[in-house]
Amino acid sequence: MIAGLAFYAFAAVLIASAVMVVTSRNPVHSVLFLILGFFNAAALFLIAGAEFLAMILVIVYVGAVAVLFLFVVMMLDIDFAQLRQGFQRYAPIGAVIGGILFLELVFVLGAWQSSGQSEGLRLNPTPADVQNTAAIGRVLYTEYVFLFQAAGLILLVAMIGAIVLTHRDRPRSRRQDIDAQVSRRTQLDMANVPVGASIGQLGILRPLPPEQPKPKAVAQDHGDHGHGGHH
Amino acid sequence: MIDFLNTPVGVLALTVAQALAILVPLLIGVAYMTWAERKIMAAMQLRKGPNVVGPFGLLQPFADAAKMLMKETIVPTGASRVLFIMAPMLTFVLAMIAWAVIPVNEGWAIADINVGVLYLFAISSLGVYGIIIAGWASNSKYAFLGALRSAAQMVSYEVSMGFVIVTVLLCVGSLNLTDIVLAQKGLWFFIPLFPMFIIFFISTLAETNRAPFDLPEGESELVAGFFVEYSAMTFALFFLGEYANMILMSSLTTILFLGGWLPPFDVAPLNWVPGPVWFILKICLCLFTFVWVRATFPRYRYDQLMRLGWKVFLPISLVWLVLTAAVLKIFGWLPA
Repeated sequence: MIAGLAFYAFAAVLIASAVMVVTSRNPVHSVLFLILGFFNAAALFLIAGAEFLAMILVIVYVGAVAVLFLFVVMMLDIDFAQLRQGFQRYAPIGAVIGGILFLELVFVLGAWQSSGQSEGLRLNPTPADVQNTAAIGRVLYTEYVFLFQAAGLILLVAMIGAIVLTHRDRPRSRRQDIDAQVSRRTQLDMANVPVGASIGQLGILRPLPPEQPKPKAVAQDHGDHGHGGHH
Repeated sequence: MIDFLNTPVGVLALTVAQALAILVPLLIGVAYMTWAERKIMAAMQLRKGPNVVGPFGLLQPFADAAKMLMKETIVPTGASRVLFIMAPMLTFVLAMIAWAVIPVNEGWAIADINVGVLYLFAISSLGVYGIIIAGWASNSKYAFLGALRSAAQMVSYEVSMGFVIVTVLLCVGSLNLTDIVLAQKGLWFFIPLFPMFIIFFISTLAETNRAPFDLPEGESELVAGFFVEYSAMTFALFFLGEYANMILMSSLTTILFLGGWLPPFDVAPLNWVPGPVWFILKICLCLFTFVWVRATFPRYRYDQLMRLGWKVFLPISLVWLVLTAAVLKIFGWLPA
């Protein structure tokens, strides 16, 4: 009974926060409601006994994806009045697209029937001694390992593609060569300094800076009166 | 008595009692962590540290807490009020609820769940929200910059932390924290996985925003960073949350690498000492190192911080992960 009550509580908060994601005026509040939604979805997974999925949902979506979302949304400079201006104009188009999506969902749901194999599986749930972490691992990495790896490879290619498309080499930016800095040992001197003594008392002096070419003296042209030297 | 504990009310009462049994020592530990940090850093800098309130300044944390309670909570104009108040509460609550799964001794965890490591990892990755929300809700440039820095920093270091945890899991074959500790009987994991131990410890420094990675609150450039607008109890909650997180990360290091409640050698005088004592001693060792690092190193520059996370730790931990997997497979040491 407690599990049932918890399910309805989490499901209700999930739906409410999903509605708030769409309706709240401030985009930052939208993202925060989205995070609340993720949490409640994770709780639903927990009630269903899928603790691995619940934790991964929190780690991946709440801990990483939503942080980046929030990061971007917070930095947007949004004029809220302007944002709501075109509502009247775009509402019909939005309603039409929403309606089409809704109809598609209805069709999918109407035509959906489970295959005979899955009916068989429903009668044999995962045995109690196999944790669902191990069960998911077995499916993903043993039975469907090549498909899973192919999916990962496609994502990798997409990521590299995005980097290649957006990367610009900035020739004027100056880079730091950490290895060169760390391996520069000529001027460093380790000294064992007793507690309370200053290095001046021990006769240790700060090393002189390396010899550098003096900057060229700017030609002083006293004949030039263009700088406003007359007063 | 047994009958009462099986009723719903009894279960609730038992859970509350268990929670108090871990939270009250934790909060006292947090209070004395602030005292210990000031004392240790004072010793390292040839000062005396707090020594006026009580013997050796032992009552200083309580004096500080009383002062915090007396102060006025100021909410700046233009701040998002609800979020502004919610952020410190979130930080504090997240630092507390993670303790539900920490096993202090064999079987001494409030919830000994199958995916304990993932739970801890999830909770620690949520810690960033308290900081981001605080920075955004304050409506202040300094706080916002601090929040942005912290968001990028915590996401970066989580990746290498995740790989380190996976390496440990490979050697254990379970996500349960008790199993992880028991797998270290005989050989603590910090010996075979020494580079990962170092990476994990440095990543926990970054994850808890401690020196030398305390850029989100870098006082020399951001005044106080994300909590610049906070005062009184809201500030105190951030403070408590930070120190509770330090203790949490130390206990995670202890569980993953230092053998949890196990004694160093399973011989006569050492295994007479009860497990929780060893656990607390190891946590204290980690915490001392936290303070030691803070007293020793200057703050990182931001681009160097990112470089360390993405270009140094991530490749090393990835290679070590593959190496560990290969060694376990070749020698047939993979846990069943």
